[in-house]
Amino acid sequence: MSDPGGGRRPRWWRRLPRRLDRLGSGLGHQLRARLAHGAVDAATLEEIFELLVASDCGAPMAEELVQGLRERAERERLRAPAELLAGLRSEMESKLGGRNRELRLGGTPGVWLVAGVNGSGKTTTVAKLAARIKAQGLTPLVAAGDTFRAAAQDQLRRLVEPLGVDVVGHRPGADPAAVVYDAMEAARARRRDLVLVDTAGRLHTKDNLMQELAKVRRVIAASIPDQPEESLLVLDAYVGANALAQARAFSEVIGATGVVLTKLDGSARGGYVFQVERELDLPVKLVGTGEGSDDLDDFDPAAYVSALLADEAV
Amino acid sequence: MFDTLTDKLGVAFKHLTAKGRLTAEDVEAGLREVRLALLEADVNYKVAREFVERVRDRAVGADVLQSLTPGQQVIKLVFGELVELLGGEDQALSYSPEPPTVVLLVGLQGAGKTTTAVKLSLLVRGEGHRPALVAADLRRSAAVEQLQILAAEHQVPVLVPETGRGLAHGVAAAVQAARRQGHDVVLVDTSGRLHLDQPLMDELAEIRSAVRVHHSLLVVDAMTGQEAVRVAGSFKEQVGVDGIILTKLDGDARGGAALSMRAAIGLRVWYCGVGERPRDLEPFHPERMARRILGMGDVLTLIERSQEQISEEEAVSAQERMREGRLTLDDFVTQLRQLRRLGPLESILGLMPGGRELMRAQGSALPGEAELRRLEAIVLSMTPEERRKPETVDSSRRRRIARGSGTTPAEVSRLIKGFEQMRSMMKGLSGAGGRRRLAQELLKTPRGRTPLIGG
Ligand SMILES: Nc1nc2c(ncn2[C@@H]2O[C@H](COP(=O)(O)OP(=O)(O)OP(=O)(O)O)[C@@H](O)[C@H]2O)c(=O)[nH]1
Ligand SMILES: Nc1nc2c(ncn2[C@@H]2O[C@H](COP(=O)(O)OP(=O)(O)O)[C@@H](O)[C@H]2O)c(=O)[nH]1
Ligand SMILES: [Mg+2]
Ligand SMILES: [Mg+2]
Repeated sequence: MSDPGGGRRPRWWRRLPRRLDRLGSGLGHQLRARLAHGAVDAATLEEIFELLVASDCGAPMAEELVQGLRERAERERLRAPAELLAGLRSEMESKLGGRNRELRLGGTPGVWLVAGVNGSGKTTTVAKLAARIKAQGLTPLVAAGDTFRAAAQDQLRRLVEPLGVDVVGHRPGADPAAVVYDAMEAARARRRDLVLVDTAGRLHTKDNLMQELAKVRRVIAASIPDQPEESLLVLDAYVGANALAQARAFSEVIGATGVVLTKLDGSARGGYVFQVERELDLPVKLVGTGEGSDDLDDFDPAAYVSALLADEAV
Repeated sequence: MFDTLTDKLGVAFKHLTAKGRLTAEDVEAGLREVRLALLEADVNYKVAREFVERVRDRAVGADVLQSLTPGQQVIKLVFGELVELLGGEDQALSYSPEPPTVVLLVGLQGAGKTTTAVKLSLLVRGEGHRPALVAADLRRSAAVEQLQILAAEHQVPVLVPETGRGLAHGVAAAVQAARRQGHDVVLVDTSGRLHLDQPLMDELAEIRSAVRVHHSLLVVDAMTGQEAVRVAGSFKEQVGVDGIILTKLDGDARGGAALSMRAAIGLRVWYCGVGERPRDLEPFHPERMARRILGMGDVLTLIERSQEQISEEEAVSAQERMREGRLTLDDFVTQLRQLRRLGPLESILGLMPGGRELMRAQGSALPGEAELRRLEAIVLSMTPEERRKPETVDSSRRRRIARGSGTTPAEVSRLIKGFEQMRSMMKGLSGAGGRRRLAQELLKTPRGRTPLIGG
């Protein structure tokens, strides 16, 4: 099979599909079995639809992808199973194409705000980002903006202090905006390059908590021009349709600039990102592939589609 | 922009109902809508497919085709079938005649195990037992501290296992220590883990063989998508699971995972997490879950809660004043407090059909505790005359009130505006039958359609 990804394969991707194959659940696996039987009939398309749904692409997007495949198969006279699979792959990749997925880092200091619902992986992501920034020879500083959850600051400190990254935090229950303000002041005084802001998990339906987050963002914007340059929404790959609702609400409140898709080392694929990217014009920038501080990778659409299709040929 | 299953079925069957009678093709078209809507609610695709098969069989057998309101009939069938699937015998923690009763909490990372452990300890204590917690998550940083802090707020003791001879051994020793200290229920919080992670799954199995576990409960995030079935199946197979605790139901996730895990693996939901606080745990109600999955809101819970929380007297006296047009700003603050006691506004509105749209449209929710205190301060800074007739508050009075209450004139006028809105809203709902009428109002599906399901 051809390799539209151009040969550059992130290391995380190499780990993923094998796991799926072991489960015998890979979409590509089942597809190949199905397509081996012959032409693209309605039953096959229905099955592809279900397999896409099973990856949490959502029914509307799954329908759209299937429709696209049907048209493509006709147009390009795709017949053989491998051709059809490649056709589906192209359909999927085209949905993820043409987005700038680079992380912006230019402010003095820059500020990256990290937000999301409860338990999605924000704190872990902040620690991973701190490790990555540090490895690039820059100096991050972390703001312990979760003043609500028990021991949230302890968790953060234990993750980032061993990396030699300092944390600015207040007492439990303090105003997160004040924590972030102090962190920005400290970063300026200590000449740090980047402030990474961890925030408390909150369900997007809780208006007062979303307002609290909006305030954090306002405080950042008011004290350093053009910041936060990244507002990252952390989405858990195990979430289903609700991810879209989360993306809508958080985008509005934090002016999200990108998504971090976490827990991709599990069996879930977070297929909702097709919808999230398009509807909110929001690129997935990073993926979380484990609990360790280096389990963070750039999002690569081709590799992601491969992981969805569990297509070992690529 | 909140398409509920009710909406979709409504659209599908409106068309059908218009024709009066259904053909077999009509039923198919309707059932496709049902299936799509279940998928949108995160019901597993296989479960959704099988569910639709069941409904089709019933629909054909039940003479729906001859009925005059086939749309409603099919929806009733769907609802009934859902409740039946979700239901079954009520499940709750039971206590071993040979204490301690050991409860093991397992699940994926971030599902809510630690929070739930503390919630369960309060539930257990409320049933007259003496719970202790075992902090067996020694992997996630500060997980032990998280549990200790939460538990200490409610004076529940926490034991931390020694791991010199392995985690399982340490947990067993901690359980014994708890028993010696006179605790008859021990709740074990464990690290989150992927069901694919063999060594960690083995670790749980080891705990199970070292400790006599009475209830092994899988904690599942209500927002979980299609993988819920595989995750639950895997935990059940490798560790053993007796029931589910579904967390984060205070959000707007439809919770199709509950149906998936029940239908595919036979696991029933025992309790629901409805907030981050240790008191936010509720029993599971199949009917409510069915309504939620179908996007029909949950009026029952709301009415029950309002009956529990607002004393009849309070309600009656305010209603009388309302009827006589004597509602004052004092009443307004009292009413806000009462609403507040029902739970967070988001969860109240979430229970109502159309509640979320309302909330979105409204743009702002009920005030939080801190804001309530400010509102009270404003009211207290007013003269009795001003409280009765807020329309007399002009700009110089506004400034005085703001100064007196440490707020701003804008806040004062916002309060007064809110009060006037409430007064006009309440007009139609006052009187003895008010609450029932409110309920009927709520039972109507959004956008003025007639109720799809009676009762
Ligand atoms: N397997 C896996 N686990 C992850 C990943 N990212 C985070 N986790 C785990 O998920 C759990 C929750 O992660 P946190 O970083 O604490 O999540 P959070 O969003 O900060 O949580 P709250 O602050 O409680 O809302 C922890 O057990 C993490 O170790 C990932 O990419 N893969
Ligand atoms: N809104 C809401 N948040 C919850 C609920 N249960 C747990 N959480 C939050 O979800 C996050 C993860 O919970 P935690 O108990 O640490 O999960 P664990 O990793 O499984 O132990 C925390 O931020 C909790 O406050 C719930 O029912 N509703
Ligand atoms: Mg956190
Ligand atoms: Mg925990």
